[in-house]
Amino acid sequence: MILPSLCMKGEIHLEARTSKKRMSLNARNTLVGLSFILPNFIGFFIFVLIPVVFSLALSMAEWDGYNPMKFVGLDNFAAIFKDRVFRGSIWKTAYFSIFTVLFSMCASLGLAVLLNQKMKGKGFFRCAIFFPYVASNVAVAVVWNFLFMDIGPINNMLRSIGIENPPGWTASSDWVIPALIIVNVWKNMGYFMIVYLAALQDIPESLYEAAKIDGANSLQRFKSITIPMLTPSTFFVVMMLTINSFKVFDLVYLMTQGGPGNASTMMSQYIYNQAFISWSYGRSSAAAMILFLIVAALTALQFRLEKKWVSYM
Amino acid sequence: MKQRNIGYKIVMYVLLIVLTVITLMPLLWMLSASIKADSEVFSLNFSWLPEVPRWDNYSRIWSKIPLLTFTFNSVKLTVIITFIQVVTSSFAAYGFSKCRFRGRDVLFLFYVATIAIPWQVYMLPQYSMMNKMSLVDSHLGYVLMQSFTAFGVFLMRQFFMSLPNELLEAGRIDGLSEYGNYFRIALPLSKPSVATLTIFSFVTIWNDYMGPNIYFNSTENKTIQLGIKMFISQYSTEYGLVMAASVLSLIPVLIIFLSGQKFFVQGVASSGIKG
Repeated sequence: MILPSLCMKGEIHLEARTSKKRMSLNARNTLVGLSFILPNFIGFFIFVLIPVVFSLALSMAEWDGYNPMKFVGLDNFAAIFKDRVFRGSIWKTAYFSIFTVLFSMCASLGLAVLLNQKMKGKGFFRCAIFFPYVASNVAVAVVWNFLFMDIGPINNMLRSIGIENPPGWTASSDWVIPALIIVNVWKNMGYFMIVYLAALQDIPESLYEAAKIDGANSLQRFKSITIPMLTPSTFFVVMMLTINSFKVFDLVYLMTQGGPGNASTMMSQYIYNQAFISWSYGRSSAAAMILFLIVAALTALQFRLEKKWVSYM
Repeated sequence: MKQRNIGYKIVMYVLLIVLTVITLMPLLWMLSASIKADSEVFSLNFSWLPEVPRWDNYSRIWSKIPLLTFTFNSVKLTVIITFIQVVTSSFAAYGFSKCRFRGRDVLFLFYVATIAIPWQVYMLPQYSMMNKMSLVDSHLGYVLMQSFTAFGVFLMRQFFMSLPNELLEAGRIDGLSEYGNYFRIALPLSKPSVATLTIFSFVTIWNDYMGPNIYFNSTENKTIQLGIKMFISQYSTEYGLVMAASVLSLIPVLIIFLSGQKFFVQGVASSGIKG
């Protein structure tokens, strides 16, 4: 009985010594690790994290930026949900987002598949398709507003092919969101094409060769190799597109300012109007919270569904 | 078989050329309008080249508004912010991927979670905070608010994760400190990711409209995007000038993109932002 207990004592002693040594090593590692992170983290903490938390507090307060803040509970939320413009903005954002995500994904995937083949001049084509992504929204807005005008090139072309009453695009409350979807898809498909291209280049050639030997035609190969192999990228693309289209602002603001009337006032435009036009910081923050909740819920949902359809190698 | 191949190739090229032309059309129109008089911009019998090209649109924009100041401001802000973003992001990303310490992954989760938070959510508190610090309408305030993004850290971390640990272990055995490892081994290897992040930051900041629009009131602080917008409100009929300024504003992003372009696809691939 004595011997084992002695042994144990010795072991404990030994353990204590190494763990002390490990601790100082741990502390050193922590310090080194933190020193790498700190330069970014300090700025990130002050200028992003604090405002995010503060925004939650603001959503339950009445404030115009100057007079003292007043706690009002959920009044701001009740007020914005009574506001027809806000309720409309949620549907418009959803409408805009669903089609932007769908069309951007199909366009970027199609272009990536086309431009992944062995061919001359693919560098040029890739750059050309990517180009709208680097163009500034201010310039893009002016050009597209012109193209969409009733006497503009698009409607002139539609008339010349026999469409008597072409859509009013940005001047019509029914067509303004489809018009914004078109511009948004055009602007961003190049970026997501690059994402898909990078993924396509990672698919091992041997998979295709094996399928060829088994007699699979090109459509079958696309369906059973390319599409499944691209699911991780598709997951990323759909997630980024969803987030980006729910927070779309610059392009809409520059093209229509939410008009005509409130026909294209989406959530971020509403948040902006409440803050910088009505000077109602509380309502603006409450609307921002709703936007955040929607985006967070969609992101969480996508992560939950991820296991169902995304296949990682 | 061979004939079918050629047929396929022709169809593909035609398809691609049509798609490219459609994609580039708005930009070509911009180029063409930038050398037209306003009467020609809206003329019904459209032609790509005006009879008398108005090259002086490109010189008149400099005197109509203080475009030189705006350009200088844009260049200054974009270069500073891109630099801070790339340096601090890659530094932090190394800490998040190659240094082991407690709480690291929780901290990183916070970072990633904020990518999903739209800027509109915290733009207002951020603005009033800057206001309290008297940093509104100053370049410093804008630099501070744009320089620290979670996206950059995320992008760089994905790359460092793919870097084999043995490589850094070898560096440690050879007597390199963790900082030595970063500067001598990890950073030089991450060139494609650095190029990718540089293009992203540069394009985002150069084209940012909303940030400067909220933050800068005085003319001497404004950026080129606000400048182009000024033409639209003050000289709304002078489309030629708007377009000339827009074309000029595209040149820097084009240069950055083309010079980093060969790393770009590679960077997206290796940094794993494809998912």
